[in-house]
Amino acid sequence: MISFDLDDEQKMVRDTVAAFAIEQVRPAARIADESGSIPSDLLAKAWDLGLVRGCLPENVGGYGGARAAVTGAIVAEELAYGDLSFALHALAPWLLAFPLIEMGTDAQRSRHLPPLATDRFVAATAALMEPAFDFDPADMSTTSRRTSGDYVINGAKCYVPLAGDSEIILVYAASSADSGFAGVDGFLVPRDSPGLKISGREENMGLKGLATFELTFDQCRVPAENRLGGEPGINFARLLSQSRVAMAAMAVGVARAAFDYARDYAKERKAFGAPIATKQAIAFMLAEMVIEVDAMRLLAWEAASWLDKGHDAVKQSYQARNYAAAAALMVADNAVQVLGGHGYIREHPVEMWLRNARAFGVIEGLAIV
Amino acid sequence: MIDFELEPQIVNALEVYHVTAEQTMRPISRHYDENEHEEPWQFWEASWAASHNPANAASEQPPAISRNLYTCLSTEELCWGDAGLFLSIPNPGLGGAAVAAAGTPEQKVRFLSRFRRGKPKWAAMAITEPGCGSDSAAITTTARRDGDAWVINGTKIFCTAGLMSAEKSEGFVVVWATVDRNAGRAGIKPFVVEHNTPRMTVVRVENKLGIRASDTAMLMFEDCRVPLHHLLGSPEVTPAGGFKDVMATFDATRPIVAAMAIGVGRAALDFVRDFFKRNNVSLRYGISPRRLTAVERDFMDMEVQLKAARLLTWRAAWMLDAGMRNNLEASMAKAKAGRAVTLITQKAVELLGPLGYSRKELVEKWMRDAKINDIFEGTQQINLMVIARRILGYSSKELN
Repeated sequence: MISFDLDDEQKMVRDTVAAFAIEQVRPAARIADESGSIPSDLLAKAWDLGLVRGCLPENVGGYGGARAAVTGAIVAEELAYGDLSFALHALAPWLLAFPLIEMGTDAQRSRHLPPLATDRFVAATAALMEPAFDFDPADMSTTSRRTSGDYVINGAKCYVPLAGDSEIILVYAASSADSGFAGVDGFLVPRDSPGLKISGREENMGLKGLATFELTFDQCRVPAENRLGGEPGINFARLLSQSRVAMAAMAVGVARAAFDYARDYAKERKAFGAPIATKQAIAFMLAEMVIEVDAMRLLAWEAASWLDKGHDAVKQSYQARNYAAAAALMVADNAVQVLGGHGYIREHPVEMWLRNARAFGVIEGLAIV
Repeated sequence: MIDFELEPQIVNALEVYHVTAEQTMRPISRHYDENEHEEPWQFWEASWAASHNPANAASEQPPAISRNLYTCLSTEELCWGDAGLFLSIPNPGLGGAAVAAAGTPEQKVRFLSRFRRGKPKWAAMAITEPGCGSDSAAITTTARRDGDAWVINGTKIFCTAGLMSAEKSEGFVVVWATVDRNAGRAGIKPFVVEHNTPRMTVVRVENKLGIRASDTAMLMFEDCRVPLHHLLGSPEVTPAGGFKDVMATFDATRPIVAAMAIGVGRAALDFVRDFFKRNNVSLRYGISPRRLTAVERDFMDMEVQLKAARLLTWRAAWMLDAGMRNNLEASMAKAKAGRAVTLITQKAVELLGPLGYSRKELVEKWMRDAKINDIFEGTQQINLMVIARRILGYSSKELN
């Protein structure tokens, strides 16, 4: 039955994460962008909120909370509202944890989840994106080949968050050509695997507080038992959909931040004798921006609720991601415009949000719900 | 809980509307578009009979909790059929909505019960004048008290179903007139003018770009006398009531107009999708956007724009059903849908090449039908104004 109501738990989660994002994360955003690193005490506070541990099963040391894509989307949006780099860093462990929980074998779960359920932040990640300008997850260049006791991986990945600090990297690779999503496997690759080289940190236009890396696989050997899901493998289409929903939700957070900031600025800033918000040119821009923020969110939630019902959500998550990428860019761009010259200076956050917003149409797989 | 899935009984009910659209509206669409002032009485009689058939009544009742949402859903289906024919269907319309919003209990009985029986009837609302549309507070039609009557003078234009309401059925027209020019908005009141009231004249019926099956009338009032009790609500000039009550009906009707647009947009999308299928143009969802053909990208963009408009519309309707004020959300839905469907239907013609431009198919008609949704019941720009005032916390004095 159609409903736009969050349940009480979702409202509580939203309010808790929102308060943390506004009070703690946002004030650190500019410094993280300029310095290139996330303050570890802030990470510790996010960890203590239970954003990762809350989703892990009790039998591996988590709090055993029920997971839902809609709730994950809410968390992702609120954290990204604070700061996108921080959100991607703090939620990176989900990139490994959720596929393990949903699709891992018992052995894989008992081995790789407990390290994430400690009382301090532990880096973990997944490698999906590849350098090709037209990278298509259904047509990956990173491949795996089965030998007697191992899988051998060849290829290259980029934009892998926190790879430098992650013990285990979940690597997506195609086991056969022309098999689309069905031919994609996930491999639990230890950072020190032979044949895996992790580059120096990438230098990006935005997401500058987030450490991302390029990975090259040259006959990289991984034990057979590290193929995620064992014999049946994984449902990559579903994981990809979960990733696209996460990115869409984060785009909503960035866009909403930009809109709120521009709206508040326009009410204060005067020109020609009155706040610029009283001029139609600015007022109409703001109206169009708020429509898009709400539209983006509803599309992301539609895809998320589809996932939660167990339906195939390839189309919905694709639509949500594509729409959100374009809309977030438009909103952030307009926010810079509303601030005029002041929007161009690396003091107000809007120029940072424009740089960050551009990522959504370019990079896959930085987050998952 | 967040949920966007329709339950089976709603889906089944909508299927009935869809069949109606496909079988009773589509086959006559082109004829009534080419013959703008011909009256589709057979279609009207059938629609009236269907909605007055006791056998249909029970199965057609939506759960009370989702009445507004259900109206948006059924409206989308019928406008997928034909938006002009939809608007032309005999029903209380905006005139009836005004009575429901501003009338006393006695007035509601007097003016609305007629729609439950007898022959097809229409009611209309007359607001716009040659000199003002968006600026509805600036209307110049007057109502002057004279003994036991109100005397109305003025000209109204762009009145939907004005001809059928004023002259061709036992309906009525709700006319906005001012009882005191100096009082501004507070002086504007709604007056019910019964069909065939002397000195109310249908001056002409417009020739339009689209929705041609719906009559759009110019009405003139020259010392037109109506009984005192035809003033809806209270005769005192008070800041609240009257104008405000009727403006509030827009919170309910804007989502419906958005739903109308979405029906037309979906008709265009469905046609293009079917055309692509027949011509082996694949739509590869999920792959890199940089591998899509231009045509795939255009179509996918149209599709998600329509979905965005629909979700915003559902939200506005759902809020009403849940008892929440939806003034902001209704305007967001209308602004988005009006603009998106204009662009979608224009793009559909383009994607189909010569077939899209030809009057042999309905796609060019849908482009013409779609455009009005961004204009009537609050233009795009007025809706953006409403949204802007809301999000900025400004009055109409502070932002205009």
